[in-house]
Amino acid sequence: MRTARVPVPLLVPAVLGLIFLVLPLVGLLARTPWSTLPARLAEPRVVEALRLSLLTSTMATVVCLILGVPLAWMLARASFPGRRLVRALITVPLVLPPVVGGIALLLALGRRGLVGQWLDTTFGITLPFTTAGVVIAEAFVALPFLVISVEGALRGADSRYEEAAATLGSTRWTTFTHVTLPLVAPGIAAGAVLCWARALGEFGATITFAGNYPGITQTMPLAVYQTMESGDLEGAVVLSLILLVVSVAILAGLRDRWLTAP
Amino acid sequence: MRIRAVVTIGLAALIALAGCGDGATGRPVAVGSGSTVTGPITVFAAASLTESFTTIGRRFEAAYPGTTVTFNFAGSSALATQINEGAPADVLASAAPKSMAVVVDAGNGAGTPTTFVRNQLVIAVAEGNPRGVAGLADLAEPDLKVALCAQTVPCGAAAGAAIEAAGARVTPVTLEQDVKAALSKLKLGEVDAALVYRTDAKAAAADVDAVEFPESAKAVNDYPIVALKDARNAAGAQAFIAFVLSADSVQVLTEAGFQAP
Repeated sequence: MRTARVPVPLLVPAVLGLIFLVLPLVGLLARTPWSTLPARLAEPRVVEALRLSLLTSTMATVVCLILGVPLAWMLARASFPGRRLVRALITVPLVLPPVVGGIALLLALGRRGLVGQWLDTTFGITLPFTTAGVVIAEAFVALPFLVISVEGALRGADSRYEEAAATLGSTRWTTFTHVTLPLVAPGIAAGAVLCWARALGEFGATITFAGNYPGITQTMPLAVYQTMESGDLEGAVVLSLILLVVSVAILAGLRDRWLTAP
Repeated sequence: MRIRAVVTIGLAALIALAGCGDGATGRPVAVGSGSTVTGPITVFAAASLTESFTTIGRRFEAAYPGTTVTFNFAGSSALATQINEGAPADVLASAAPKSMAVVVDAGNGAGTPTTFVRNQLVIAVAEGNPRGVAGLADLAEPDLKVALCAQTVPCGAAAGAAIEAAGARVTPVTLEQDVKAALSKLKLGEVDAALVYRTDAKAAAADVDAVEFPESAKAVNDYPIVALKDARNAAGAQAFIAFVLSADSVQVLTEAGFQAP
């Protein structure tokens, strides 16, 4: 297979596609101010934005795991009316522009929102402009990634193990925790990493729903944007470089699961 | 159907002709070296100019048939970055000399910028001013949520200067990327007050009230306008700037709440 000649009509667009994807990253590296890089990385606002980004995307991933794995199980294993509709609804945030997601979150969970109003009057909780708001915005955008990959893993898993457990008298819950979960653990891990990466890169929903304040809601992508807007291109490049390094590290970690996928 | 279509086309032609006549007589056509002004003109303008420049752009197109004016409204510093990175623009109207200087210092301006209006900040609050905000000092209340513009955009810099002049301590919940974004957070009810330009509060008068405060006089923003060196439509750029400086346009701008320089 590997030694077969690649037809030119396939080779040319394939190489162009590769260049198209890699060139902007080369551009980023070409403009990186390597000499001032260490000093720039140590700037408090950079450290603060990075800390906030890592914290919120990890928390968003935890939220997604808690909600997403059961949801994926429901879609893959349970049969209930309207399952197709549920799956369609879950994929909506996947195709929705994140900024629209942010507006929708404001209208649902904002201080005057459908549920947010009640949260405010009953518990005095308001989510916009808080770190919790960032986590919610990120989880909203990232959850479909987790659900879809875990559902795929569940569908690919051999259900005979679960049936065997059931015939041996195991309850559905025990089967889920002792058979299903270990079986699809790699799929869940891959989904979680993908979900985390998506949360890390989240911009539109975050700035719309959670606002922009250093240390509280200003994550890395927001810091990149604001630095760029302020005319500090060099600073924006440094921040982008950090995100690029983190993304590549994730990709490297996922190498086995994704790059050599069947 | 066919007859109707013909009549419609005829009417459209008549209207277009009428537009030409108006442009030839009423508007200040004699601009520059007499080169014909036509084609697309791209204007990068501060977010706070959205309403008035949209009106001025429509009038310009009526006065100069064959032109189309396209606007890119955003925070002034974003516009400056975009232009310095090669975004195709003919005219830049900025909300602060500092943002304008970023472009001119990079050698991207054609000629010297002209200040065409000035703007002042007000405290925008929800309609009826439910929290009874009377001045900057009231924004220090801990449970009062305030949106400011980021320091990097002119409305944020002006807000910082005004707050400093008042000696007030204001801790905003968010630093928005431009004045319109700050105002949206107020309209949505997510914040109780926002420091915005008088013109923006006026444009949103249906939803928000404006509270004037004396310290805003210490942070008046001059709005400069300039044609750009790499303008694709240099004649159009000059004509548009002359049009903005004309009495008619100044009237549009002052009605929107700007002050003449």
